[in-house]
Amino acid sequence: MIVFCGIALAHRIVNGSGTFDAIAAHRAFGDALYEQFPFAAFVSKTVTLAPRQGNPPPRLWEQPGGMINSIGLPNKGLEGYLREDLPRLAELPVPLIVNVMGSTREDVGRLVAAFAERDEVAALELNVSCPNVKTGLIMGADPAELAGLLDVVRPLTEKPLIVKLTPNCASPADVAAAAEAHGADAVSLINTLRGMAMHPDRPGEPWLGGGTGGVSGPAVRAIALSQVSEVRRRVDLPIVGMGGVQSAAHAHDLREAGADLVGVGTESFRNPVAARRIAAEASRLEEGFPANAAPAAAASRA
Amino acid sequence: MSGEGVGVADGRYATTNDPKGADGRTLAPFSRRPTQLVFRRDLGPYTVLTAHDPEGPRPDPGQFYMLTAAERWGGGEDERPFLPRAFSVLRAHDDAMLDFLLEDVGPGTRRLAELAEGDTLHLLGPLGRGFARPRDGRRPILVGGGVGIAPLAIWGDALGAAALTLLGFRDAAHAEGAALIPGARVATDDGSKGHHGLVTDLLGAELGCDPRAEVYACGPPPMLDAVAAICKRENVPGQLAMESGMACGYGACFGCVVATKRGYVRLCVDGPVIDVDEL
Repeated sequence: MIVFCGIALAHRIVNGSGTFDAIAAHRAFGDALYEQFPFAAFVSKTVTLAPRQGNPPPRLWEQPGGMINSIGLPNKGLEGYLREDLPRLAELPVPLIVNVMGSTREDVGRLVAAFAERDEVAALELNVSCPNVKTGLIMGADPAELAGLLDVVRPLTEKPLIVKLTPNCASPADVAAAAEAHGADAVSLINTLRGMAMHPDRPGEPWLGGGTGGVSGPAVRAIALSQVSEVRRRVDLPIVGMGGVQSAAHAHDLREAGADLVGVGTESFRNPVAARRIAAEASRLEEGFPANAAPAAAASRA
Repeated sequence: MSGEGVGVADGRYATTNDPKGADGRTLAPFSRRPTQLVFRRDLGPYTVLTAHDPEGPRPDPGQFYMLTAAERWGGGEDERPFLPRAFSVLRAHDDAMLDFLLEDVGPGTRRLAELAEGDTLHLLGPLGRGFARPRDGRRPILVGGGVGIAPLAIWGDALGAAALTLLGFRDAAHAEGAALIPGARVATDDGSKGHHGLVTDLLGAELGCDPRAEVYACGPPPMLDAVAAICKRENVPGQLAMESGMACGYGACFGCVVATKRGYVRLCVDGPVIDVDEL
């Protein structure tokens, strides 16, 4: 048993947001999903205020050492999520972390406030990889921009706030430092790296319906290690480290770089119980692992 | 093989109480699992792989599996393949043998096609929602194109003699695949075997004779578009087993969407069989 941001977890492996749909998986696998749930906490797909259809297909491209996705954050919107998804996700045998995204600070604030009062939600993760339409800046790409966002949303909830850092910026460590200074409880990284594939049959056209997408899989693992390590040198916040993890050894590397929890994403696409295997093997590796490089958990705000 | 109902007493599929989901689909065991490739044979440009899957349930016709070679999955052209590949089940035999039909068209199918008997194949499945029985006692007409004939074999077995199967191929070499569905009528694009033209010509003629039918189709997108158009024009119900690039097979990646009247739906959990009315 470990504690992360005041939340008790059975082990250190969680899912990356948007890489596992527990409701759909239950349709495919039935109650076995709950009985052998792979993750210590479940991070849901990004929720936005209004419903989103997502990007037109094709949405996937296989590439050396991984893939590019251009999904476009399809979701039922806040109301649909609260009505249809939250009651189902509350049945999961692990704590629920809800990932939210808005196109203005106020939109993010409305999402945070709505989940602040829901007991089913253990923590919130902020997807800051989108532009603030009022400033034109990617919320998580600029330290001052992120500070402004946190100044609006931090007072709205006592639940732990995790900032999902984007690797597509000049200095994720600077952004992490701003997150720490402005009240975030943890950071998670890395999100996918922006990438593109050309259409094999149509000269000059991109393959993906959304034009560009996010690169994930083993191809990004070295980048994840380097960014987690950099962020660890700058902040004392707990870190959820992820990027290309396929084995307990990869998870252990991220732990050594400074991560408290480790996210598994793309590897779940190859085997839905990959995270369960990694967690079991990682627990054995942990026995020889020194005490947490970082404070074990942010103090509860309560 | 019969493919119908309860299996033989000594077969893995003798049981009929495989776990079902709320919508009636057969549920997949919650993990990919190693199976042994016990048989492979070439059929024109196609390959039939037979894997022994005693750990899995008997699939519903139209369901699919995600396949990965246990060895050398990766390291091919462009260091691919990386993701598993989705295949409709061709047939499920009473002794827990599963047949899959594939055509070497890319790094994933190429690696699978070069597997040898005795090699290990990872399976995840059965997945998705399969075919539903014909409405109102309608006559089932099965329409397949190319490698897409696979799910029509297991579905035709389940429907029995009432089903009429129409298959379309590029040429006589590809039409060797028709041997998998005895009694099927064949069309080829180049006329080198059977009807010279499209399989949808045969479908149009059949519906012209007797429109009290339900159409089941699987094949390349232009063929499915044509089948859907014919169904709508003739006011005949139809079910299409569709395909789309898919990473996971169980609803996680949101990659395999197709546009329907209710927006994008994921083929892996809401399909792969989609009703023509939904399009």
